[in-house]
Amino acid sequence: MKTEELISAMAADAKSTEMPIARTLWLAVAAGTILAAILFFVEVGPRPDLMGALASPRFLFKCALTLMLLVSAMGLVRHLARPGSVPIGWVVALAAVPAVLGVGVVTEMLSIPSSVWDNRIFGMNWRVCMWLIPLLSAAPLVAVIIALRHGAPTHPILSGAAAGLLSAGIGATLYATHCQSDSPLFVAVWYVAATLIVTLVGAILGARLLRW
Amino acid sequence: MAQLNREEEWAAQMRAAIDGDEVAYRRLLESLSQSLRAATRRGFAQAGAALNDVEDVVQETLLALHLKRHTWNSDQPLGPWVRAIARHKLIDALRRRGRRIEVPIDAVLDFLAAEEPLDSELDRKDAARLVDGLRGRQQIIVRAISIEGQSIREVAERLDMNEGAVRVALHRGLKALAAEHQKGHEE
Repeated sequence: MKTEELISAMAADAKSTEMPIARTLWLAVAAGTILAAILFFVEVGPRPDLMGALASPRFLFKCALTLMLLVSAMGLVRHLARPGSVPIGWVVALAAVPAVLGVGVVTEMLSIPSSVWDNRIFGMNWRVCMWLIPLLSAAPLVAVIIALRHGAPTHPILSGAAAGLLSAGIGATLYATHCQSDSPLFVAVWYVAATLIVTLVGAILGARLLRW
Repeated sequence: MAQLNREEEWAAQMRAAIDGDEVAYRRLLESLSQSLRAATRRGFAQAGAALNDVEDVVQETLLALHLKRHTWNSDQPLGPWVRAIARHKLIDALRRRGRRIEVPIDAVLDFLAAEEPLDSELDRKDAARLVDGLRGRQQIIVRAISIEGQSIREVAERLDMNEGAVRVALHRGLKALAAEHQKGHEE
């Protein structure tokens, strides 16, 4: 087939445009979040003292952090799905998440005696944290990877990892309302570890599924 | 300056194409194919790859631009989007040919200024083989509209299908063609 002939076929196919990728991604995030929320409310549910926790700065800090991760990773994913789009602002926003967490950790270490650090790090249920965050992230991750396949990510591994961060942001935000360990020390170890697992899975899926 | 004007013209043509203007879209694809040809040839030459399958890469890149055009944000300029896709496909093509990417690809891709019309009968056996790989109806329809130059309506009448079904088969055929490009390289 000559190139002009291929062009004829593509011109005849001009009307076949798909949904803009930004909208596809929003739908995927919405669908993934709804599925994860159903799983969360059916199987786990928020902590019984949720209303009281809203007055706790540690609890609010934890939730703000997971939401920061969610929002900045979403911004990054939207850019990575579009070739030639420069996501520098969102990279900075994403990098701010561990920086803010670091400030929280230092503040916590200065405000409690070192004898209770261990206690705070292990919290009440770190094992639950380690499996619930990845579990709650699974549906969002699958949905976002499917959406990214409709996009044109020129960095498949990076895009998969960003999808993992976004999904972990969704999973961790839901889980944070269940989890009664609010110390930044707990978050810095277990939330971060769970997020890294989901990110790694995203990167592996990206390498295999996001090439085009 | 000429470059900027051209990219603005491209963006206008792409907006018209997304609204269904086939004539504007054909002009855009023709103009893009000339720029892509020049850039791909330059990229291949710098990497020391044989030039006989440049046209194959041009076609693969055009297909990618076509099938991924919903990833262009129409508020943004078109040039960076085209360059990113062309770069992706060029690097991919050179890697598959076992070339280490040492040339500054971005310099090559500043291309979009140069134009290179098709000046010789390049080796298109690969492309012909790819169309042969399409399944039944898709192959007939893609062949009729591209090689035989028929319109959607003519094909619909000939095959006793409705136009919508022909359009769907054509779109799927182009997707399958892009997939064949990928598959062909993995072998």
